[in-house]
Amino acid sequence: MVELSQEQIEKLKALGRTQKENLIKMGEDFKEKVKNFKASIYTCNATSCHSGGAASVLDAFRESLAATGLESDVRVVCTGCMGLCASGPLARVEIKGKKPVLYQHVTPDMARVIVSEHVVPALKTEGEIKTSDYLKKQELSLDLPFFTKQRKIVLRLLGHSDPEDLGEYIANGGYQGLMKALTMKPEEVLDIIKKSGLRGRGGGGFPTGTKWEMLAKSPLVDGEKFMICNGDEGDPGAYMDSCILGGGSHAVLEGMMIGAYATGATSGWFYIRAEYPLAIQRMELAIKQAKRYGILGRNIFGTDFNFMADIRYGAGAFVCGEETALMSSVEGKRGTPRPRPPFPTQKGLFQKPTAINNVETLANVGPIMVNGPEWFSEVGTATSKGTKVFAITGKVKHSGLVEVPMGTTVGEMVNDIGGGTSSGKPFKAVQTGGPSGGVIPASELHMPLCYEELKKIGSMMGSGGMIVMDQDDSMVEIAKFYLGFTVDESCGKCAPCRIGGYQMLQLMKKIADGKGTKADVAKIKEIGNAMKKASLCGLGQTAPNPVLSTMKFFKNEYDALLIDGNEPDAPAEKEVKACNINTKK
Amino acid sequence: MADDKVKIQEDTRKMLVKWKTKRGSLIMALHEIQGAFGYVPWDSMEVVAEELKIPMAQIYSVLTFYNHFKLTAPGKVVISICDGTACHIKGGQSVIEAFEKELGVPAGTTTEDGLFYIQIVRCLGCCGLAPVVVVNGKTYGRVTPLDAPKIVAEWRETMAKEGA
Repeated sequence: MVELSQEQIEKLKALGRTQKENLIKMGEDFKEKVKNFKASIYTCNATSCHSGGAASVLDAFRESLAATGLESDVRVVCTGCMGLCASGPLARVEIKGKKPVLYQHVTPDMARVIVSEHVVPALKTEGEIKTSDYLKKQELSLDLPFFTKQRKIVLRLLGHSDPEDLGEYIANGGYQGLMKALTMKPEEVLDIIKKSGLRGRGGGGFPTGTKWEMLAKSPLVDGEKFMICNGDEGDPGAYMDSCILGGGSHAVLEGMMIGAYATGATSGWFYIRAEYPLAIQRMELAIKQAKRYGILGRNIFGTDFNFMADIRYGAGAFVCGEETALMSSVEGKRGTPRPRPPFPTQKGLFQKPTAINNVETLANVGPIMVNGPEWFSEVGTATSKGTKVFAITGKVKHSGLVEVPMGTTVGEMVNDIGGGTSSGKPFKAVQTGGPSGGVIPASELHMPLCYEELKKIGSMMGSGGMIVMDQDDSMVEIAKFYLGFTVDESCGKCAPCRIGGYQMLQLMKKIADGKGTKADVAKIKEIGNAMKKASLCGLGQTAPNPVLSTMKFFKNEYDALLIDGNEPDAPAEKEVKACNINTKK
Repeated sequence: MADDKVKIQEDTRKMLVKWKTKRGSLIMALHEIQGAFGYVPWDSMEVVAEELKIPMAQIYSVLTFYNHFKLTAPGKVVISICDGTACHIKGGQSVIEAFEKELGVPAGTTTEDGLFYIQIVRCLGCCGLAPVVVVNGKTYGRVTPLDAPKIVAEWRETMAKEGA
């Protein structure tokens, strides 16, 4: 940045103070504005509902309200994800003083009926509103366990606000975390994050406070240090980050800025998948608004804190979710990982100290600053604090985006929140962690969802993908599918992943075709263990997980496909040769 | 063709103005080029090399590393079929096969008439609608193999109307 004179800095600080006041006023103005509305219609326009036609539903609401002359009494809000994606497009009608009503599978025609049968009578007549059976059928109870068992921190504003309205974000407590942080010393902010017990939500579970402390200790290089937000959600079948960025971009930006203040970072980068146009568009808008209202820039809110942020698009490479590969991609190169150490907090983006945090992690930071570390650490288990967002999909009735306290059991997720299998057939297993995770069989429904327990069972938290499978799904097939994915996505830099993955896949195909033997299963385990220990990055280290965990829990399914499946197992070898690789780093 | 080359290179040069001064902007520049042309033409690459002072070999290595970038022009109608996990277990594979059969070309290729291009994608973020197919930005949810001929026919008609 250009050096400024003391006088110029003072001027900027004065401007910053005014901008802060203006922001607070913006929130007040918003509250004043919505006071006059007698009702609100919240319509979900996140990716899933949008794909289902939510945009034309919104138009239908607006048009029919205008036709009845109620447009100034009813606020139509285009919101972020409401969660129950399988029932989309969703719309929630909130009449002042009455219980909210949620409608599913809303079409433009239905929207007109909602206005004429529900909204108009509610505002123009006294007493009970009687809607037709046509509408009644599409009502979704808000008392479903899907809604009541959730605890929302990250998703609290999604589905309840207009993500493009900065005033609404401020009115809901937005940027207060940042304002509070800026009145403290950076070490005090670090302390709060450490005390909260917040851990990385991208899968690894590394304590966020510790990571930030490492960055804080690294000196500036050429006057720079960076924050990166990892929005390269590559797990196929998971879309948490997409919705958080699309419905709460300001919250993610705020989290990053609090981190930057605590660590002394000078600028930040959002790395977002190009496949998420809505997330990109909303983040671009958030940055534009933040620049315009003095949230980003120099002498923010009249302090000495300067920060800028920019966006970089991913380009379809799963490996770029790995932090060293991601940095390489932000630099505009091929996304190949490199060995650690040096850790990114020492030598990261453009060889300068960098902290990389997941989207959901950052979205937790603002609320922690506002409410305090104890408020956060009260939720969850002994070692996994707070909540976790999951995208529960596959063969489950209530497929969608949910946020639950850490420690919620698999059974509660699948049976209560998920409402059981969509087919009505017996539940078989759930896969967490996507292609890097493993299966949790029906026998483990009591297992609490937290970092340690999931690791113990041979899966991982991952970023929050959760695929439910019923008895019709072949575990061998699903393991082969995931392995095929990681083999496709292997960057090819290190041999264990490039060659090991490929060979393993050939053996898996052989088994799936009914031509495999027990010797092939042993070989797969051997290769898998070698990959786990010797691969350069997380992609290769975790690629064997789906295969190894299905072999562990669904051995019978593999045996049924093997030529010699009925014969007794060979005695287990004490130490597989490949395990002798020295893993000291 | 010579005129095309001049036009492409001129357009590319204009797009690069804002990226020239920013570090690490190669991928962003390539995104913008593909956004404009539907793929990254060789003629553009030459200009990128010149303007951003990056060797052609490096540009090519980046383009071929990432799935998103295309080196040849795709068909006018791009059919993206999701094979993410949620779509896969709900029958995504059979949907892919149905489209391949309907159009007579394997995924990743363009039909001979240059009209349709089939690509397999990994998760479009609307798993609630699985299996999902997106055609030129229009989303079809809960697609079955039987829908493939209907969707193709719909787009044939649309394109015929537009005089393509």
